[in-house]
Amino acid sequence: MKSFWKQGEPFVWVTGAALSVTLLMAMVLIVVVLVNGLGVFWPSRVATATLHDGGSVLGEVVRSEAVFEGEGERLQFKVGNRELYGLDFRWIDKADISSITYADDTMVLERMEYGNFYGRLVGLSPEAQAVSGGGDAVRQLRQAHAYVMQQKDQLEELDDKLASVNYRMDQLQRKEKALLYEGRSPSDPEIRTLRQKRSGLTAKFQSLHQRQMKQVTELRNYTATFADISGTDRDMALMDLVRFYQPNSMSVLSKVRYYMVKLAELLTGSPRESNTEGGLFPAIFGTVMLIFIMSLFSFPLGVLAAIYLREYAKEGMVVRMVRIAVNNLAGIPSIVYGIFGLAFFVYGVGGSIDRLFFPERLPTPTFGTGGILWASLTLSLLTVPVVIVATEEALGAIPAGVREGSLALGATKFQTLTRILLPMASPGIMTGLILAMARAAGEVAPLMITGVVKIAPALPVDGNFPFLHLDRKFMHLGFHIYDIGFQSPNVEAAKPMVFVTTLLLVLIVLIMSSVAIHLRNKMKKRYTYGTF
Amino acid sequence: MRDNNSVTVTDPIVQVKNLDFYYGTSKALHDINLDFQRNKVTALIGPSGCGKSTLLRCLNRMNDLVDGARVDGSIRLDGTEVNTASMDVIELRRRVGMVFQKSNPFPKTIYENVIYGLRIAGVRNKAVLDETVERSLRNAALWEEVKDRLHESALGLSGGQMQRLCIARAIAVNPEVVLMDEPCSALDPKSTARVEELISELREKYTIIIVTHNMQQAARVSDCTAFLFEGVLVEYGITENLFVKPRNKQTEDYITGRFG
Repeated sequence: MKSFWKQGEPFVWVTGAALSVTLLMAMVLIVVVLVNGLGVFWPSRVATATLHDGGSVLGEVVRSEAVFEGEGERLQFKVGNRELYGLDFRWIDKADISSITYADDTMVLERMEYGNFYGRLVGLSPEAQAVSGGGDAVRQLRQAHAYVMQQKDQLEELDDKLASVNYRMDQLQRKEKALLYEGRSPSDPEIRTLRQKRSGLTAKFQSLHQRQMKQVTELRNYTATFADISGTDRDMALMDLVRFYQPNSMSVLSKVRYYMVKLAELLTGSPRESNTEGGLFPAIFGTVMLIFIMSLFSFPLGVLAAIYLREYAKEGMVVRMVRIAVNNLAGIPSIVYGIFGLAFFVYGVGGSIDRLFFPERLPTPTFGTGGILWASLTLSLLTVPVVIVATEEALGAIPAGVREGSLALGATKFQTLTRILLPMASPGIMTGLILAMARAAGEVAPLMITGVVKIAPALPVDGNFPFLHLDRKFMHLGFHIYDIGFQSPNVEAAKPMVFVTTLLLVLIVLIMSSVAIHLRNKMKKRYTYGTF
Repeated sequence: MRDNNSVTVTDPIVQVKNLDFYYGTSKALHDINLDFQRNKVTALIGPSGCGKSTLLRCLNRMNDLVDGARVDGSIRLDGTEVNTASMDVIELRRRVGMVFQKSNPFPKTIYENVIYGLRIAGVRNKAVLDETVERSLRNAALWEEVKDRLHESALGLSGGQMQRLCIARAIAVNPEVVLMDEPCSALDPKSTARVEELISELREKYTIIIVTHNMQQAARVSDCTAFLFEGVLVEYGITENLFVKPRNKQTEDYITGRFG
């Protein structure tokens, strides 16, 4: 028995168990996110429940739950039609239901507003019928809708043009304000040209806008009539319909196709319905760009600081203190960094930039308000200790012989550093960067006060000069999860999106780290010593 | 001539006079006086911690890197004082090359390893570099083994090959003196024999100062041998004489294996 303990057999079991528990927890998390996230876009069947009291309910059965007071279960239906019923969801006791059927002609409409509509197609307006090529009603609807969507795309091009004209007008106005601020008189020829240019643009804007309005009014004539379960007819403009489908009669293949379309929309589209529907592209873009800019700052800063600490600073009390301080910085709650970022970057640096370079716009802030640059800087401050520690360790792990070998050949310290030490330390530095990126991708708290928003009107990169707008606010997947999950007025409807967003965030972190790990392994192969 | 010194150095390349060395407060070398003959192999022997490596590293000022190290006394290389602030350490190390106990090739190709000294000196001429690689590798007796894989990583070589590569790297910059700090201690007997053979060949062109633990090796490869004990130069003599007829009791005890 004694030797049993001495051999450490139980210890092996304890270590194994510890590993299993960790893995299990991670697995459960991933599985929950995967199951809930991946299933969101699969079109589920729409049930028609006939009730004992003569009424009926149309909707997707979302989940069931045991009722303890009475006996049996109750079902939650997603009934949609928010503008009619006020609520998207309804609980119904199973005991009240006499039968559940799945009618083939039940149609689900995804709309720009008011969420899904569940009902039946009644007919098309004459205009809509005119552009469709005939056939049965659903086929006609499909054709008419395709036509309207095509028209709508053109309208969106107009939208982009309008935004661009608007941006240019804004720039001109700012220039004019700046000149006035400098003390030029309003009759100054330069100002007059600016005004002329602006009025030209205004006219262009007006005409574009009118054209757009006219086209919208015309398009609104293309409508279709749908009836809900109680038989109430509703006319809906086809341009308000994102897509429609009849889930009860869909084949597996068309369900797959629908799934793909939704997935594509998720990755490339913009959110709608206060972020509970539509795509996540702006948030994905914002997250990736944030991490990218963050790395751009924290990577060189951390590596340089670590080089000084390890290679140049004289080992002593001060360096030890600095090292302890750096290690402790990594443990400071991120919200504290956020507050610091807000005070220092946004109000301090940003405010100074505004006072120095954009005084004419005050009190409207330009850089003196949260933006992607400040959020990135705040995050890089938060992640720089990770990079410093990793770089220091990587430099310290290089055998002294290599360092001496280089110096003994007449290399300076700088040459040794750049030609030998940094390449050899690069895998370790990459590890630090991977950790930093993973940490940054998961942070939300500091972003909330340094520039993240629920809906950003424009991406930080666009076609307007200077193309990169680091002062702009941005969207972020992590904040998106918090926002739609806990701040949304319609939490129940947003729930699927929470899972999808979580899944995406995890995926993005996974992809970015995989790329970095791949790079690191390549470096490792090149720069690491084999065995002697 | 001092009583511990039986070597008449006619053409000294490195002259050490009254050298004291301190690590912090502890004295590692006591009043070393030693001249190294040009184009000869001089071995430094002695038990561990006797200061032979420290003495070696004084010659190209590698001890500068050690915190708290201090050197008193004079070291002259071809008559120029080494131990002054005005000495260009980079230039010194180019003239006094070094091979370490543990082979330390850089994580680069074989080719890049050999020309590292030239590269950092700013040599760009491809013909010169190519020529240097071949000459150095031939001199280091490695050319035949690696000529077909010059552009592969040096880390793929065997231990003995790596050490010869380090020798090639050291002689690529044409130093006057090559310091070797126990170059064979991590090698198997066959590689050791190969490197010893190489040392014998190299003595025609370079002055070699070798630190070794292995007395047979010192006897095999060196012309002169200096025996150090606890930081003191106990005896310096022609190798044959020192091993056959040591003049000092301590030397005799050491080489006969009574301690060490």
